[in-house]
Amino acid sequence: MDNDVVIRTEGITKTFRMGEVEVHALCGVSFMIQRGEILSIMGPSGSGKSTLMNILGCLDRPTSGEYYLDGNLVSNMGDDELAEVRNRKVGFIFQSFNLLSRASALSNVELPLRYAGIREGRRERAIESLKAVGLADRIYHRPTELSGGQQQRVAIARALINNPAIILADEPTGNLDSKSGKEIMEILLSLNRERGTTVIIVTHDPTIAAQTQRVIRLRDGLLENGA
Amino acid sequence: MNLGQAVLEALESLNSNKLRSGLTILGIVIGVAAVIAMLAVGEGAQQTITGAISGVGTNLLFVFSGNFQEEVRNPQPLTLADVDALRDQFQAPSVANVAPVINGQVRVSYSGEQATTTVNGVTPDYAVVRNYNVTEGEFINDEHLLGQASVALLGPEVAQKLFGRKDGVVGETVRIEGQPFRVIGLLESKGGGAFGSQDDVVMIPFTTAKSRVLRRTRDRVDVIFVQALDAEYVDEATDEISQILRSRHRIMLGPDDFTVFSQEDFVQTARTITGVFTIFLGGIAGISLLVGGIGIMNIMLVSVTERTREIGLRKALGARKRDILIQFLTESSLLSMLGGIIGIGFGWLISFAVGRIAAANNTPFTPSVGMNAILLATLFATAVGLFFGIYPANRAANLEPVEALRYE
Repeated sequence: MDNDVVIRTEGITKTFRMGEVEVHALCGVSFMIQRGEILSIMGPSGSGKSTLMNILGCLDRPTSGEYYLDGNLVSNMGDDELAEVRNRKVGFIFQSFNLLSRASALSNVELPLRYAGIREGRRERAIESLKAVGLADRIYHRPTELSGGQQQRVAIARALINNPAIILADEPTGNLDSKSGKEIMEILLSLNRERGTTVIIVTHDPTIAAQTQRVIRLRDGLLENGA
Repeated sequence: MNLGQAVLEALESLNSNKLRSGLTILGIVIGVAAVIAMLAVGEGAQQTITGAISGVGTNLLFVFSGNFQEEVRNPQPLTLADVDALRDQFQAPSVANVAPVINGQVRVSYSGEQATTTVNGVTPDYAVVRNYNVTEGEFINDEHLLGQASVALLGPEVAQKLFGRKDGVVGETVRIEGQPFRVIGLLESKGGGAFGSQDDVVMIPFTTAKSRVLRRTRDRVDVIFVQALDAEYVDEATDEISQILRSRHRIMLGPDDFTVFSQEDFVQTARTITGVFTIFLGGIAGISLLVGGIGIMNIMLVSVTERTREIGLRKALGARKRDILIQFLTESSLLSMLGGIIGIGFGWLISFAVGRIAAANNTPFTPSVGMNAILLATLFATAVGLFFGIYPANRAANLEPVEALRYE
């Protein structure tokens, strides 16, 4: 396998059971993502993009098909193995930030390191990561004491801390005003440019999608354009 | 995640909801305090009762007619001849002293004042065997015995009732069942004993009691008190007494028609009774601890539901099932452990208060909070927290990350 391919999916399907009815959220999706790419996944609601994102983020398993992340077949791993993959290979950025409200920015950023079982130098790494998103002077603030844009930057710092293979951003600017949204996009783009981090953005917003190198469009559980 | 961190995080989370945590802890506090206090009261009662029995003398044996364990038809009464046989130094070398007693309830009066009390018909040996002293006057001697003298010794309680004082009563005349008796001495106070107050008694010569007050026929004796040479000879003395009485009552086969009780037997019986009593009280208190545990489970379930999103996030960041499980179990056991520690303090206070109340009511009684009770309560409380935490924690750990993250 090509070492420059960070994500490869082979005919991924996902079927949900809603009582008696089977819902086919994904009907055989195959594509590749190169290391160092920045791309967006678009599609109307119900197109299966959330499902695809959950599978790419190892939060869920496909019903069938194969998913290789960073060279490893992850589509049939157990819960604990998936937890480890999420911890080490995936950095999540959510629309609603999802920070622990009673913990400081620093503890929030440190959290993935705790689950990685790292004991030494967690603080230093967390501070480093917060510096990278321009929040060096806010490390002891709680999420409630930060603006939305700042909270999202904390989330980015948290996503970066374990040097993941991919950063998965689900509507990262959806809850922000346009100015903060712009700042967040700047950070994501510069991360990609300067560090070569692979960034996948799930979005509705065509202006966001336009800023990325490539757009994957989903409709009714299938890719619209060739990957 | 190591344990220290888990504890820190749990404390943080409990701290963020102080009122709720406090109320949950209160349930455990009450449970543990009740358990500690009840065990302490039980333990104190046991010590007081066994102490009172031991105070009678550890080398003392009691011989009664009849058998308390097996059915015996027509048990022969103990007689003065039995008493003489027990005095035989060759057949009963371990016996130091023998004192026959007959007793009964009588009315004693002095110029209009009346009291109902126990009268003991005793021999001079009784003072030695039961370790009685007189604060004034003298004990019954052989002359009184031979002459069936109308003399009496009063216990301090009886003196108080009849004369309103506990001294200067020697030489007065009291009436026992209407017959005049000269008071020749006042007994030293011995306090409460295994058979009621030992101060509420009147003692008169054995012979007087037998022929004029209690009227026993054929040299009958109610109880024989036997003093063994030493506490170590109690078992030998018991064997010797049984041997002698069996041959005298011609029951070498079959069950004894008499019972020899030692101090140790009484202590054992009292221990058994107070032990049951303690377990009973502790069990009732344990129920409240159980209720406290259910409170913990309830709160933890609410907490899991409330924090579904947080659990989803933690899972997204790489928390395994085990990590979530440990997180919630740590919280629930911390709740119960804190409750346990505070409860021990409260329980100690309660038992202290019970001791004070008992002392104020002239019942010397000291509840004692034992180390084992503390350990038991702490372990049990933590176990309750763990046990009732398992279900909510498991529920949290088994949440699907996708659904947990989507939860509003």
